[in-house]
Amino acid sequence: MSGHKHNEPESDIALRVKAMEQLLTEKGIVETNAIDLVADYFENKVGPRNGARVVARAWSDADYRARLLADASPAIAELGYSGLQGEDMVVLENTADVHNVIVCTLCSCYPWPVLGLPPTWYKSPPYRARIVREPRAVLAEFGLDVSDNVEVRVWDSSAEIRYMVLPMAPDAAAGKSEEELVDLVSRDGMIGVAAH
Amino acid sequence: MDGIHDIGGMHGFGPVEREENEPVFHAPWERRAFGVEFFTGAGIGTNGDQSRHAIERLPADVYLTANYYEKWMLALQTLLEETGTLSRAEIEARMAELSAEEQDHG
Repeated sequence: MSGHKHNEPESDIALRVKAMEQLLTEKGIVETNAIDLVADYFENKVGPRNGARVVARAWSDADYRARLLADASPAIAELGYSGLQGEDMVVLENTADVHNVIVCTLCSCYPWPVLGLPPTWYKSPPYRARIVREPRAVLAEFGLDVSDNVEVRVWDSSAEIRYMVLPMAPDAAAGKSEEELVDLVSRDGMIGVAAH
Repeated sequence: MDGIHDIGGMHGFGPVEREENEPVFHAPWERRAFGVEFFTGAGIGTNGDQSRHAIERLPADVYLTANYYEKWMLALQTLLEETGTLSRAEIEARMAELSAEEQDHG
């Protein structure tokens, strides 16, 4: 099961997790198979492709876009995405005048049903500390230069609300089918650190 | 409440370091840690706010430098102790057994 080589001693944390899993299994609190299933689900079955489908639908269907912006969780559930860490979603619309970006300054809140588990940088102290103090500088490090006449709004997740950005459709979106549009949407675009 | 977790706006941090094509989990133990955390709260009657609070109570140097899932596990250990589910000593005794077994098979 474990992939480590016998000549390399396991790290303290790897050993600790193994000990905790064993002891909790013996107490009937966790089950090995259930852990396998949930880890596989978050590793392989849910991810930013879900959010990209939501964005592509919003780009191609004005009624859907209106529903999504008015009350995001049910609109997202129309595409089959719901559950833990997505119960109370708010979708933020980028426009020619406003660019939105999301963070969780206090911990690591992130909209799992549409984006999967967050990348390490999103959870890291530098992003959490700096995106609220100097958002334009941080966005520039990501390669996104937001013009001075565009307002930048930084949304800090609360214990309940999970945000996702609806990017503006790029020029390349013109004439594309909804399925083709999905490929134009990136995870970073839905966090707000990329244009789309 | 003030604490090292209340980091928004804090000065002194460098660039945001990113990893190209970052995997969801970086090591097999991270997958196990995610799953253990996922199910244990319900099993011991603690909620997400209690988990967060346990992470916030980690020593500041650990909070700022430890691997994300390592922080989850250290915080979970606190909750396991506080709910009387498992003591740190029990966990460390099992670690010693596992480590000895490994050396036998090494």
